[in-house]
Amino acid sequence: MFVPLLVLKNALRHRLRTLLTVLGIVVAIAAFGLLRTLVDAWYAGANASSSARLVTRNSVSLVFPLPISYAEKLRQVSGVTGVAWANWFGGVYVSERNFFPQFAISGASYLDLYPEFVLPEAERRAFLADRQGAIAGRKLAEKFGWKVGDPIPLRGTIYPGTWTFNLRGIYDGAEASTDTSSFFFHYAYLNETFRQRYGRSMDSVGLYIEALKDPSAAAEVSQTIDAMFRNSYAETLTETEKAFQLGFVAMSDAIIGAIQAVSYIVIVIIMAVMANTMAMTARERYAEYATLKALGFGGGFVALLIVLESVAIALTGGALGVLATFPLARAFASTIGSLITGFEVSRETISLQLAAALAVGMIAAAIPAWRAARLRIVDGLRAIG
Amino acid sequence: MTPLIVIEGLSKEYLRGGQVIPVLVDLSLEVAEGEYIALMGPSGSGKSTLLNLIAGIDKPSSGTIRIGGIDITALSDAELTLWRSINVGFVFQFYNLMPVLSAFGNVELPLQLTSLSRAERRERVDAALALVGLTDRAAHLPNELSGGQQQRVAIARALITDPELIVADEPTGDLDRVTAQEILGLLGRLNAELGKTIVMVTHDPKAAETAHRLVHLEKGELAA
Repeated sequence: MFVPLLVLKNALRHRLRTLLTVLGIVVAIAAFGLLRTLVDAWYAGANASSSARLVTRNSVSLVFPLPISYAEKLRQVSGVTGVAWANWFGGVYVSERNFFPQFAISGASYLDLYPEFVLPEAERRAFLADRQGAIAGRKLAEKFGWKVGDPIPLRGTIYPGTWTFNLRGIYDGAEASTDTSSFFFHYAYLNETFRQRYGRSMDSVGLYIEALKDPSAAAEVSQTIDAMFRNSYAETLTETEKAFQLGFVAMSDAIIGAIQAVSYIVIVIIMAVMANTMAMTARERYAEYATLKALGFGGGFVALLIVLESVAIALTGGALGVLATFPLARAFASTIGSLITGFEVSRETISLQLAAALAVGMIAAAIPAWRAARLRIVDGLRAIG
Repeated sequence: MTPLIVIEGLSKEYLRGGQVIPVLVDLSLEVAEGEYIALMGPSGSGKSTLLNLIAGIDKPSSGTIRIGGIDITALSDAELTLWRSINVGFVFQFYNLMPVLSAFGNVELPLQLTSLSRAERRERVDAALALVGLTDRAAHLPNELSGGQQQRVAIARALITDPELIVADEPTGDLDRVTAQEILGLLGRLNAELGKTIVMVTHDPKAAETAHRLVHLEKGELAA
């Protein structure tokens, strides 16, 4: 009990200094956690991807569509147990600020491929029965206060005009990481309305999703699909859903890299500040350390006092920083809306924050502890007068 | 009387700016068990260095120091640390108390290195504080005590492990005349009643008068 008590009393000797140091660590650890959470959210889509699904798109670019007629050919591919399609809509709900992903999908076949979207049976039936029907994720519905039965008007940017959908269901995520901020409606409704409005059919989709019988055969099936459409006017690029999602993430590699770098720089800065505080603290106590050594305490004991004090301050700041990360992340998530989904502070982030705080405490104390351990008693005693 | 401290051919040199500065030169001295000696001399004469060497907190350049039959110059740092904790009590000019510990906590400090139980430690600390007349100040922090009281706490701390030897470096240097007399009286009692061997460095002739023997140093050598 003697050592923890002495460490605590020492830590509270200069209350303002300790408080400011703790405050600095709280800010640094919370900022580190927030930036890590942002990076995690960036990868959330890819991490939540299924290995049992492939995505086929136009090999030139995602901007170019694929013919709807490919669906039947894809169903014939050996190893494919289901085919669905989706088309990016890009509508605006009330204002441009209210961004959320909207897809025209192939109805039942799409829902069958995504069991992670949990929809009550009655709502599923209502959605499938209504050509103008739509479903929304729980997070999205809660954000705008939508209820089943509400009409949802979207102003098309790719497909001009106002499109009104009947909200027939609200889906939940099977897991906490499942995105519930998307909006789905029938591709058939989009295709037919397009034909009515513009006098020609779309008959094309943004991408196909294929369910695999055996996920380990993903490469083989992908090659088969792409070979099937080689030399056609719309050649395909097929990859696993994860690779497809990571392709999006890769577009912002530089930004992610910068965010990660900043998150670590924040820690290095607070480490330097903390090291300075501990060096100053230790220097002020040289006479006390010399006295302890004269009385028979070893250099290791003196070093331990410094390390424990530094770690106690850093971990206090670290724990408070972790606690501060949650409201910060919530505030950040509500500010950015649906731009980034899956903005949750993970256990891994919390562990990293605490590990960073521990490292700050240990490293900041290393040099002062080493110096104090090696301090000659006569030199230390001279520090008094 | 049997000598407790036997110093033979002791030299200590410092290297300053590439120059060798001799502080103690071939010094030999014996201090009997239960003796109370005062080391005096002008500044730079080497008296504090000699005290530090006797206390085992500094190492000589050459020569031997035998205390209670043990050549402390041959001990390793770890052995010397252990030896000090058992055999030496320290009284410093500026008390050197831990500011975050109460008078009780400061006196108890050396006992934290022993295997004594909490109750045993309490008993010993209470007795030491009673001896220096500070029972009612046990819970006070050093900054709540006067200089004389702080020095008495330091003396209780020096006594607590019941060492044979007490080294005191200018123990009255920071005190007024009346308080200094109290502290000197207390050291005298430790010597007379508890049989402690005391080596004290002082500039004060009045303080030196309380010792059994006066040892004068001049330029690192014993003055005649």
